[in-house]
This record gives sequence, structure tokens and C-alpha cells, in this order.
Amino acid sequence: MTKLKHVLVALVAFVAAPIVQAQDTVMRIEAGGDFQEALQEALILAEPGTTIELPEGFFEFTSALSLDVADITVRGAGMDKTILSFKSQISGSEGLLITSNRVSIEDLAVEDTPGDGIKAKGVDTISFRNVRVEWTRGPNAENGAYGLYPVESKNVLIEGSVVKGASDAGIYVGQSQDIIVRNNRAELNVAGIEIENSYRADVYGNTSTHNTGGILVFDLPNLPQMGGHSVRVYNNRVVDNDTANFAPAGNIVATVPRGTGIMVMANREVEVFGNELANNASSNILLVAYPREYNDPTYNPLPRRVYVHDNMHGKAGWDPDGAVKDLIAPRTGTPVPQIVWDGVVDGIWAGLFGPDEEETIKIKEAEGTTFANLQFVKDAILPWGASPDFDIKAYSGSYDFRGAVTLPQEAAATSN
Amino acid sequence: MRALLPIILYLLVLPFGASSVAVAAPPSATTVNEAALLAARPARKLSTYNLFRDGKAQVPSDGVHPYDLATPLFTDYAHKYRFMYVPEGQPAAYTERESFEFPVGSVLVKTFAYPADFREPDKDIRLVETRLLIHQEKGWQAWAYVWNEDMTDADLKVAGKTLPVSWIDETGEARAIQYVVPNRNQCKGCHVIGHTFSPIGPKARNLNFSYEYDSGAENQLAYWSAHGLLTGAPAPEEAPSVPRYDDPAADLNARARAYLDVNCAHCHRAEGPGSTSGLFLTWWETGKTAWGYKKRPVAAGRGSGGLMYDIEPGKADQSILVYRLNSTDPGVMMPEVGRTTVHEEGLALLKDWINGLE
Repeated sequence: MTKLKHVLVALVAFVAAPIVQAQDTVMRIEAGGDFQEALQEALILAEPGTTIELPEGFFEFTSALSLDVADITVRGAGMDKTILSFKSQISGSEGLLITSNRVSIEDLAVEDTPGDGIKAKGVDTISFRNVRVEWTRGPNAENGAYGLYPVESKNVLIEGSVVKGASDAGIYVGQSQDIIVRNNRAELNVAGIEIENSYRADVYGNTSTHNTGGILVFDLPNLPQMGGHSVRVYNNRVVDNDTANFAPAGNIVATVPRGTGIMVMANREVEVFGNELANNASSNILLVAYPREYNDPTYNPLPRRVYVHDNMHGKAGWDPDGAVKDLIAPRTGTPVPQIVWDGVVDGIWAGLFGPDEEETIKIKEAEGTTFANLQFVKDAILPWGASPDFDIKAYSGSYDFRGAVTLPQEAAATSN
Repeated sequence: MRALLPIILYLLVLPFGASSVAVAAPPSATTVNEAALLAARPARKLSTYNLFRDGKAQVPSDGVHPYDLATPLFTDYAHKYRFMYVPEGQPAAYTERESFEFPVGSVLVKTFAYPADFREPDKDIRLVETRLLIHQEKGWQAWAYVWNEDMTDADLKVAGKTLPVSWIDETGEARAIQYVVPNRNQCKGCHVIGHTFSPIGPKARNLNFSYEYDSGAENQLAYWSAHGLLTGAPAPEEAPSVPRYDDPAADLNARARAYLDVNCAHCHRAEGPGSTSGLFLTWWETGKTAWGYKKRPVAAGRGSGGLMYDIEPGKADQSILVYRLNSTDPGVMMPEVGRTTVHEEGLALLKDWINGLE
């Protein structure tokens, strides 16, 4: 068997020669020659278990790369040393597409893709470690939508990575389950980090700065996986999110106001705690309902069972933008409070008296934190309207949600 | 296992061009090389399979049958010659919606070609590539073979290739493109349902029309049944059918949905690579939001073009679907692969359709 394996490895090397050398389960792609063809061929012919190593250098690609072999690690020499540039790409809607299980992408950069940066679709166990995805011209509506983009996937780990300039979300995890996003830096994107239509995500230790909005937890209608829930956003730095929204209209993030810290839209069981929030000119924390018309009876547009506690709040709300400027500031005055709930609830009873105890928003923040419940539904029901409720103490309480998300790729790393 | 080793070692010492001897030489020039079809590794040369009596003229070997689709997938105006082969006595099983269930050993063959002048489509034809879908025990295998200049044979290309192609179109205008031969993974980009590789074209509804065989015109479903290529098929009148997208006499809605079905629905369906969008374009989809009617984009990014809906009824130019089919920018265009030019005729059809929606 071992013998046969060696022969197979040799065969792989033979087919892709002379650029690829095989050493047991490491394939090293050398610089020079047709690097694009050599790398793509390696991504197709690699046997499961292979580590594909990329050298230091700046490499240009004209078409998308794709990987559909399980148990593969692709590793560069560092996020500022191994640079895959897609500035001249003419085909494929992302830089790298991953459709196989147990893949890890490490220590490399993907730059200037016309579409998304790195997408993983429908996979189990995907890791991005110390990867940089960047649109080098800075914020621009012509930049690709997502930087790191796992979707319909399970066991997602994104750590130590940097994403800059995405015209939608820098780090976007959509319709996925069991997710850790930690210790990343998201800068100059429309949304820094977005968790959408997903279950069980821990988002912590990240710095999200100079985006339009720092961290978004969304749930949208008419999708295969809905009912986003169980998301914890903690110990992040979400500061100075001051980039004007440059997302193309039509996309939901195009509605995010400049200067949004953390925004929870729809979703259930979301815990926001221990974050440093400052210099977000619209508001530090927005808890809102999905604002658009939709046609999907199975969709719940409200944020429910949200627990906001022990965050550190700096300056916020002094220069609101978008819907915060048009709909919220006229009711709350400026500066807009550090935490705002739109008060959209389900039905007349909840509108008048608040949602059930087990569904409501609970807040436990330091003395002096400013807050408003806009009471949009109550305002609509009562003939004489309703003004915002600024009494943060009326929302005190706590929830005891789940413990930390655990991932198989972490268990494997620890046992090594 | 031990018996395999000498063969593999033998392969290793051979230069590329001669590696086709890895599988036994074909028994006769006009019979399909079944051993090559079933071999673990693909042949380096297309000729090894012996699918053609005359490759350059695209004359198939015995047992290899030509077929056509009512509404085909658009691939940069390439002309396509399609053939199918099933092992003797093992017909494919009829299914109403999905591709027929072909037995192991079957192969679907599609050659992409450009006549020098589309006004004379049978003269000066340049064969670009021939794609094979081979059904093996371990599933369907997709391979692309690029024809050499003299069109005497075609070579396997695993990592894809970009080649310049030019022609004169029906209006007499010179056209030139960078034609993209897909790599294996790009094949999967369209051909995967769930996690299973699957053919796209040979579905009842797209085959259910009359084809000009050498023996005369005959409905393809009837021909396949009569020649032992297909079993379980109802009479053609009982089977579903789609119109040609460019048949002005056919119903506009049916033409548009047929076009979307064959060009988009292999991805845009609940089981396909485009499932995350929630836009589902199969022929049978009835959920209005699902097929795009006033459906908002999800992860379109700049593919939205600043527009609000995939299909804005009555307003083709305000519809994301039209915007993306009208683009050749890789960050915007749909389909994502398979074309570098806009299909003007298909786009015109979809515009007419959307402008007529209420």
C-alpha cells in the first residue's frame, strides 16, 4: 500500500511536471512557469491529505481557482508574502472556490478579485487562518462583494485574517452552522463582519474598524436556511466605523447607515457582550426588524431573545446616517443613544405591553449607557402615538445561553 | 493491487503521446473502446475512445448516436454536435424531470465548433474541444479534449485552457473571443446536483422533438426507445416538452422558462450550486418569488447593478436578471462560466418576457 501511494504521488508529480514537486503529502508549487496552470492542476490532482505549499511572490491569475478535493491544506509563506492577484481575471466569479470538506487555507493573500475573494460552498469543516483578502484601491462600489465567504457550510473557522475593501461584507458567513470568527481585522468594508441566516456562531476578539457597519447579525427571507439564531458577539473592538456606504443598491447592506457599530436584524438568541464600542456616528448597537416587504410566511423578521450586556461604550450617534438619520434621530434627538431597539414586535398585545418575557430584549450595561426603544408598533397602534422609551432599567434582566462553539478542526489541532 | 503496479510503472516511463496504449488497442476502427471508457485514468487522446469513425467530420462510430436539444445552453455562439452511447443492450432509464439514468459505460459527447462563416455553417468548421461525460462505477467523469490544428485528434486538458476563436456571424460581422475550455472543477460548477455529478442536457422535455437522422426525421424519444437506447419512455405526446427558445410561434412564457431552465437551473435550484441565492429557475418552479418575480438579491454584491429585484415585472431594464445576462464582467455576469460574450438573442427574449409580465 505504501509503495502504491508513493507511485501515485510520483504520478501526480509526473502529470504536473516540471513545476510541481511532490514530497510525500506536500506538493510545492514553484514560482515561474505557468503558475496559474500549475496551481490549478495541483488543486485538481492532489490526493486527499496533501498540503499544497505556495512560495513567496506576487502571482497573477486570469481565471478563478477551484478546489474540490477533501482534506487539503493550501499554505503560503505569509499574508504579505504570498500574494495571489486577480486584477486581470476574466473568468470565474471568485478568486478561489472551495467545494470539498476539511480544507484549510493559510498564510496567503488574495487581492483585487472582480467578484468574491474566497468562497466555500456547501462544505463541512473549513478553516481560514492568517489569510488576507483585499481590494487594494480601497472602498469602491466596483470591488467584489465578499472577502472570506463560507456559505451553506458547517464547522467554519476564520481566524487571524484581514479583510479590506469588500463592497458587501469583509467576512461573510451565510446559511451556515457552527462557526467561530475570531481575532480578525475587518477594515474599510461596507460590513466588517456579517453572520447571516446562520446557527451557532461565536464572533470574538476581532477588530472591526473604518467600515460602514462593524458587525452585523442578519436573517433574511426567501432563503433555503432561515431562522438565524444562537450568535454570540463578544470582546470585539468595534470602533471608528466611518466609511460612507458604498454597496450597490438592492443589497441589504446598502441600507446599513455609516457609523453603525453592531447591528442585529431579525434572529433569535443573540448575545452581545464585552465589546469595546466607540466613535460610531450613527449608533453603537442597533436591534431592528427586517425593514422590507417580503413574501415568505415561514420567515420571522424580528430580533427576539437578545441579551446585550457589559459592553464598553464610547462616543456614538453624533452624526447619524441613512435610516438612523431619517427615522430614528427625529424621535430620539441627536446624539442618537448608544443602543437603539426599533420596538417592532409581533401583534397588538406585544405592541402595547412588550413581548413575552422569554422573547424580549434584555440589557445590562454600565450606568450612564444611553438607550431608546422607539416603540414603532405602539406608535402605530395608539391614535395619539407613542414616544421612545429611554428607560434602560425597564429592560434589565439576563438570559443564560449556550457555552462556546466547538469545532472538529480545533479538536484535531489540540490532539496533535 | 500487485498486478496494477507494473501497469502504472509502465505508464510512468512512457512519453505523454504514447500513453494511450495503457488500455488495449481498440478491436476495430468503428467500435467504441469500452475498456478506455471504463479505465481509471482518462485517455490522453480523444481518439483512444474510438467514438468517431471520422473525428474531423464528426462522423460517429457504430452505436454512437447524434442528438440535439430543443433549447441549448449558450456557449459563446459555439455550434455543438452531441452524441450519446450506451453499452449494447443496456438502455438508459426514462425519468420525467431529471436527466435519464444512464448505465455505467455510457458516454455523452459534445463537440464545440465554429464554422468560419455562420452563414455557411457546414463549411470550414473549426473544432475547438470535445467534452466527454463518462459514466463509471464511481460516478460521472468529465473530461475536456482540445483539438489540434489539423483536427486529426484532441488532447486531454485537465486545468482548462483559453484560446482565441474567430468567426463571421449571421449578419456578416467578424467576431473574435477568448474561448475558455473549462477545467474539471468548472465542469462540476454546473454539473453537480446535491453532491452527485450529473448530466444536464438529456432530459425528456429537451429531447422531445423531431431530429433529422440520416435515416429520416424522427422524434428523438421514439428513436431512442426504438433503438434500445432508452427504456420506460411514454409516447412522445405523453412526455413533457419545451419549445425552442427562438421559435416565434411558441408561447413567450414557455420559451423564456425553457431558456432559463437549460441555461440557469442546473445551478439555480434547491440542490444546485446556486441554491444559496434562493433563486430557483427549474422548468417546474411555480413559487413566484423563487423564480425571481420581485425577488430581492441576497449575495449579488455589485451583480445587483443597483437594482432592487431579480425580475421587476414590466421593466426588463430594471431587472437584475437582465443586467447580469447583459454583462461580461466576471464579478457581475451570469452564468458565471461558459460564456465570454452576451447572448443577444436570449437576452432579447428575456426582455420581451419581463416587459410583458404584470
